[in-house]
Amino acid sequence: MPNSILVFCEQRDGQLKNVGLEALGEAHRLGTSSGVAICACIIGSDVASSANDLSAYGASRVYVAENASLAHYSAELYATILSDLAARLQPVAICMGATAMGKDIAPRLAAKLKTALVQDCVSLKMEEDCSLVATRPMYGGKLMAIVKPVSLALQVVTIRQNVFPALELKPNTSIPIEYLALPTTRTRSVAKVREVQQTVGGKRELTEAPIIVSGGRGLKGPENFKLVEELANALGGAVGASRAAVDAGWKPHSYQVGLTGKTVSPQCYVACGISGAIQHQAGMSSARVIVAINSNPAAPIFKLATYGIVGNLFDILPVLTEEVKKLRKKCA
Amino acid sequence: MKQVPATESKLTIVADGNDIDRSNLSFIVNPYDEFAVEEALQIKERLGAGEVTVLSMRQHESQKPEEALRTCLAMGADKAILLDGPAFHGGDSFTTATALTSAIQRLPFDLLLFGKQAVDDDGGTVGIQVAELLGIPHVAVVNKLEVHPVSRAVVAHRQVEDGIEVVEASFPVVITCQKGLNEPRYPSLPGIMKAKQKPLNTWTCEDIGIDPGRLGASGAKLKTLRVEPPPTRLTGRILDGDTSTAVKELVRILHEEEKLI
Ligand SMILES: Cc1cc2nc3c(=O)[nH]c(=O)nc-3n(C[C@H](O)[C@H](O)[C@H](O)COP(=O)(O)OP(=O)(O)OC[C@H]3O[C@@H](n4cnc5c(N)ncnc54)[C@H](O)[C@@H]3O)c2cc1C
Repeated sequence: MPNSILVFCEQRDGQLKNVGLEALGEAHRLGTSSGVAICACIIGSDVASSANDLSAYGASRVYVAENASLAHYSAELYATILSDLAARLQPVAICMGATAMGKDIAPRLAAKLKTALVQDCVSLKMEEDCSLVATRPMYGGKLMAIVKPVSLALQVVTIRQNVFPALELKPNTSIPIEYLALPTTRTRSVAKVREVQQTVGGKRELTEAPIIVSGGRGLKGPENFKLVEELANALGGAVGASRAAVDAGWKPHSYQVGLTGKTVSPQCYVACGISGAIQHQAGMSSARVIVAINSNPAAPIFKLATYGIVGNLFDILPVLTEEVKKLRKKCA
Repeated sequence: MKQVPATESKLTIVADGNDIDRSNLSFIVNPYDEFAVEEALQIKERLGAGEVTVLSMRQHESQKPEEALRTCLAMGADKAILLDGPAFHGGDSFTTATALTSAIQRLPFDLLLFGKQAVDDDGGTVGIQVAELLGIPHVAVVNKLEVHPVSRAVVAHRQVEDGIEVVEASFPVVITCQKGLNEPRYPSLPGIMKAKQKPLNTWTCEDIGIDPGRLGASGAKLKTLRVEPPPTRLTGRILDGDTSTAVKELVRILHEEEKLI
């Protein structure tokens, strides 16, 4: 199907990831003006039941690769399924989320297809010839690059989470769903996921959280992270940390935001006792609203912040948590 | 190993508007590539055998990758190879992966270690693409690595959104390295002295037998139209008054104006 966009909708344990739905939304937005069909692909061991849901997010056709052997992620297998499908559909682009999985598949897929790859896009535009012009951050967010494929061949893009809005359409239960055969010629040695150890339990994952409250060295000790946790709970958000807090052993590395940690793009990022070093900014500067709470009015975080309170976080955080709870109660 | 501008560099854009001006920058070994070099050295030390070769490529005339390669030799690597020549200039992650793959095919190896991404382009692509072009497995963004020389296999831990994937793969395999894997050592003074004697060879595109048309700007799949500063935020608002006043105002804004609560 020339004139289609193929969207890989990632799932883990049967749960579709939001960012895949965001990719569908963006593909739909790009495609509607130029009559491009939106093909979704889901891969896993128990995923078919999600296939129908995808029409509500903009898919006009769904491809399902379902097999027990796909329960665990495999870069080689997933990339081969997508490249076989792409060879058949000849889409103008293949989109997926810039997640741990998406950023792992996309390079293999692009190399298999010998085509252009743009990682971590924050904005996409379709030209008249159906090629995509993409904007992506570089240098830890200090610069944006606007890139375009050299030739009119298919390109692979991964999109940053929480940047593109997902759609909510009326579900259409009659969209075509096709089951894909597994690729058979697997003579090469492949990496195998032996197990997935859960680390964060039921808590919301940092990169998907709409609100993040982060703590830094200003918290003075691990016990004070509860001030940050209580505010995060009141706001319905997740907890993050600066490298100083992680290096001090107050939180594990999975909480770290920044150049050598996670890149997050929430609706709202609250930095408590974080100076806002350039390497920290690299992980959070694309948040829609940034709130800084810091006792030093000259802290670089205030240059980035949408709203700031200069003061002692030990005074501010408990009051802030209380006020948020009060408001929540009033609105409930 | 890629040499990149130091992370605290102030970046300016060239007149053409499609790249940064590298003329006055100081360069460092890409921080994630330091994890890769350190891991290679530790594996060699643990096994008491093996050889560590560091491979780099000059992608811009103003880069000085020899310096970064000497740093890696001073850390303890055995030898260094630099891909050099105008054919390698410009290009994108695909041409870089293509060039590195051709060079690597001329070298014996069991493990290929990369950083998980270069902190200039932030692509996180090249290591995985080399694995695909070589037709071997990869495990990316690894923060714990066990190497089993007898079974010729690795067990690697990689952090994903909701947990840790424990991945097995056989040699030869590509690993891309994440923070947490190790603490890179500083080159010692004797290390720095020794590094001066270690081999640093330069290979051109003829040496690796690849058509220059597949490399650099002529082989690239992507073209950078422009590089620009990120959209400026409206200047922030400092909320004044005592704690209670400032907090109440913040909550009001987050609720009424930003619709976040
Ligand atoms: C290669 C490299 C990679 C890096 N990667 C990362 C990364 O991924 N993530 C990251 O975060 N950093 C990273 N860093 C480190 C970064 O440069 C900073 O050192 C770090 O972010 C500082 O953390 P911080 O803001 O918590 O601590 P500090 O810079 O010490 O700031 C603490 C802040 O707390 C404020 N404070 C103190 N007491 C109070 C109080 N009572 N009330 C309110 N405010 C108070 C202070 O005014 C200060 O601004 C990296 C550095 C390098 C070189």
